[in-house]
Amino acid sequence: MSSITINGQTHALPDDPRTTLLDFMHQHLQLFGAKKGCDHGQCGACTVLVDGERMNSCLLLTFQLAEKSVTTIEGLSNGEELHPLQQAFIDNDAFQCGFCTSGQICSGVAAQQELKKNRPSTLWFDPNHTKTEDLKERLSGNLCRCGAYPHIIDAVSSTDDSQEVK
Amino acid sequence: MPANTSSNPYGIGAAANRVDGRLKVQGKATYAGENLFDRAPLIGWIVGADIASGTLKRVNTEKAEAQEGVHAVITYKNSVDQKPFGLPEDTQRFGQSRAMLNEDKIRYAGFPVALVVADTLEQARYAGQLIDFTIEPASISLLTKHSEAQVAPESIDGGYEADAGLGDIDSALSSGQRFNMTYTTPNQVSAAMEPHTSIANYDGTNLTVHTSVQILASAVDCLASTFNLPKENIRVKSPFVGGGFGSKLGLHNDAILASIGALHLQRPVKVAMTRRQVFHNAPHRGMSIQQMAFSADANGKLGGVQHHSAMPMAKDYAFAEGTGVAARVNYQAEAIDSKHRVKVVDSPMLDSVRAPGDAIGSLAFEAAVDEIARSLEIDPVDFRRNNIAPVHPITGADFSTNNLDKCLLEGAEKFGWKKRQHTTKGTKKNGFGVSLGMRMNMIVPSEASITLQNDGQLVVRTDMTDIGTGTYTILTQIVAEHFNVDANRITINLGDSDSPASSGSGGSFGASSSGTAVLNACEALSLKLSECAGLAKGNELVQLNDNLVIFGKGDTEQQHSLSDLLGNTQNNALTAQGSVAPDEGNDNYAQYSCAAHFAEVEVDTVTGEVRIIRQHGAFSAGRILNHKTAGSQLKGGMVWGASYALFEELQQDPRDGGFVNCDFAEYHFAVNRDIGDVSLHIIEEPDYKACKLGSKGIGELGITGSGAAIANAVYDAVGARVRDFPITPDKVMAQL
Repeated sequence: MSSITINGQTHALPDDPRTTLLDFMHQHLQLFGAKKGCDHGQCGACTVLVDGERMNSCLLLTFQLAEKSVTTIEGLSNGEELHPLQQAFIDNDAFQCGFCTSGQICSGVAAQQELKKNRPSTLWFDPNHTKTEDLKERLSGNLCRCGAYPHIIDAVSSTDDSQEVK
Repeated sequence: MPANTSSNPYGIGAAANRVDGRLKVQGKATYAGENLFDRAPLIGWIVGADIASGTLKRVNTEKAEAQEGVHAVITYKNSVDQKPFGLPEDTQRFGQSRAMLNEDKIRYAGFPVALVVADTLEQARYAGQLIDFTIEPASISLLTKHSEAQVAPESIDGGYEADAGLGDIDSALSSGQRFNMTYTTPNQVSAAMEPHTSIANYDGTNLTVHTSVQILASAVDCLASTFNLPKENIRVKSPFVGGGFGSKLGLHNDAILASIGALHLQRPVKVAMTRRQVFHNAPHRGMSIQQMAFSADANGKLGGVQHHSAMPMAKDYAFAEGTGVAARVNYQAEAIDSKHRVKVVDSPMLDSVRAPGDAIGSLAFEAAVDEIARSLEIDPVDFRRNNIAPVHPITGADFSTNNLDKCLLEGAEKFGWKKRQHTTKGTKKNGFGVSLGMRMNMIVPSEASITLQNDGQLVVRTDMTDIGTGTYTILTQIVAEHFNVDANRITINLGDSDSPASSGSGGSFGASSSGTAVLNACEALSLKLSECAGLAKGNELVQLNDNLVIFGKGDTEQQHSLSDLLGNTQNNALTAQGSVAPDEGNDNYAQYSCAAHFAEVEVDTVTGEVRIIRQHGAFSAGRILNHKTAGSQLKGGMVWGASYALFEELQQDPRDGGFVNCDFAEYHFAVNRDIGDVSLHIIEEPDYKACKLGSKGIGELGITGSGAAIANAVYDAVGARVRDFPITPDKVMAQL
């Protein structure tokens, strides 16, 4: 039987093919770290890593994810030990209500990996773009209504060790 | 006054990390939809009306009921008994009945016609599509022009009168140079990231609702009113709220429908609005038409200030916002004339969105004022400094504290206003803008309790909420400073209606109101401990250190062990209560927080696109309780202001009153890359007339005036003065 791995644990795929990954985690696994802010792929609150790539879990049907490995916000920390970006979010106060935070952090972790792999953003056509502007662009798929954007950039920058792009 | 001044990392004012931060960054904070009763909830799906007004003639639920997993389809034909909407009339609006599915009348576009309850979301959603209904439409009425708004509302949000002013406005406006302008702002929504969600359970006697609400006590009143239940049989919980911004002050359709489902089936039922449903099923801010007239002499001294606001008011729901209150306080003038008129319309619920009145009032008013300064060729900072008021311009009351001039002066210095350089880069030109803001401050009655347990833990209970504002953290700091203890000995329990009633979160009153109640509880607990120790009553310094309670300092210091002191108490614990109410004496002072905003933008002269380079805000809001969380709130408000200036507009279809752009692809609010550098300068002066803590409201201060600075910078860059917000590229292009 086909299965999906979420944070290292293997689960049978749901019977109902209409079940999105996000609803599967909420309804079947009571795993609520990824949030539903829009269910349309427009807010990024449900961002998770699928085989290391960031994706909106509300736009994925679970049955499509056979044999895939998913990491959610709950899987980023190691027991009580937070991922460095999680700690940076606390230290920089990069959130207020916290509802978009899971998605912001997952997205931030993936964005840092994309930078390390030298993957271009849409900004790279401009030879004068700055690293900060590039990070803002990469994180603009994650909405934050509390307006924590400046602090989110501070947090992601503070833990980013990719080469400066110039 | 605080009992101790210490170097406690969680002392009052410290830029301390949020105490709930670890939960939030791990996805472990439990929001409304994540609660489980003894079993997983059934899932409710809202089927809404497709037009704004009319009578439900036919609703066929048979097909839906026959679907796999469906437990019930509830319409007005089989719903539980409810008190009619809006009753009792003598209760404040958040405590009134919010009945639905109780009659065939459609109150607004998107109004629930049916609730499908099924095992899973997928089943409920599908079955919902199979419900067939017909609404006989009634004609609808919306506000389209200023002259249609003829009704003077009984009161304006914030306790203002609809009309206020001084002097002879006609005479004042006819001397000097006269300026007339009309600005408009569109419908807007809070768009909190967490869609309104509730899970209700009913065991035959008690109704328990996990929901996302800013004020708990009135939420209980609302459920009691709606379902004719005794208040003591209702419990509402809301320990984490994924953003409110006014849209969760009261309960909305998710909570009522989840309760209807639970009462109907006597099982836990969850109703989460979809994002599209939030636009209609939760309140929004109405559009405004703001007619203004000013006169000024050649030196830029204001003679007359007139502001006439026209806004919609939702049918059967008396909420009107004080769009014109900026005109009453920002500047002194010989004559001031501020009027608010509304038109009753067929619209979904109109209610508070962050900084009711000021958010859109300051946007238009401070842009209008800028037009005068520019027209008279006076530096806009100097113009404002020359006109701000030493006392309240209308009432003549002294300000409790007022650092508005300092905000302008020091903010300009930090921003580099005098050194600003206009540059052109290719097709892009930059520009600079300034504006100011005054946001009223108030205290709302609040209660709290604090318990000292024999394990040395201090537990605070209040039905206050933390909607991202940092309540858990600042209340921790108030207790930590009072008893000079580590934060890890303090537990703050929020968002449970069984706890003492607080102000809740809203109107920028939460921190000062609930904070003062907690401080008073701490002081009451100190007194009780002194009594237990056999000490005379007095304002003794009481500190907790490990298992010792230390009274006094120096020569008079006494130490008692916790077990000795609590040994004779009930449950080996000591509880004290604290409360706060508005102080009548201090209410004679005009209490305001103040702001000066500065912005630099870059405008593309070919595309009309506006990019924000930087925003700087200089603020004064009494004593800052936590410099980290306060800074976040102020910056967040500035981001909102930017978003109002450039992006946000909820479009209403004039044919049926429904909103057109109900998702985040079409209702634009600022994303990360829309925002430039955001910096703050805080002028801290404790205001002990505002409250015992010396703090004033900040939640709505950041947005007040923020958008106008950007609008004024757009004008400065390319000479485009857009009076119809938001300033989208098409409108800028039309003026290039």
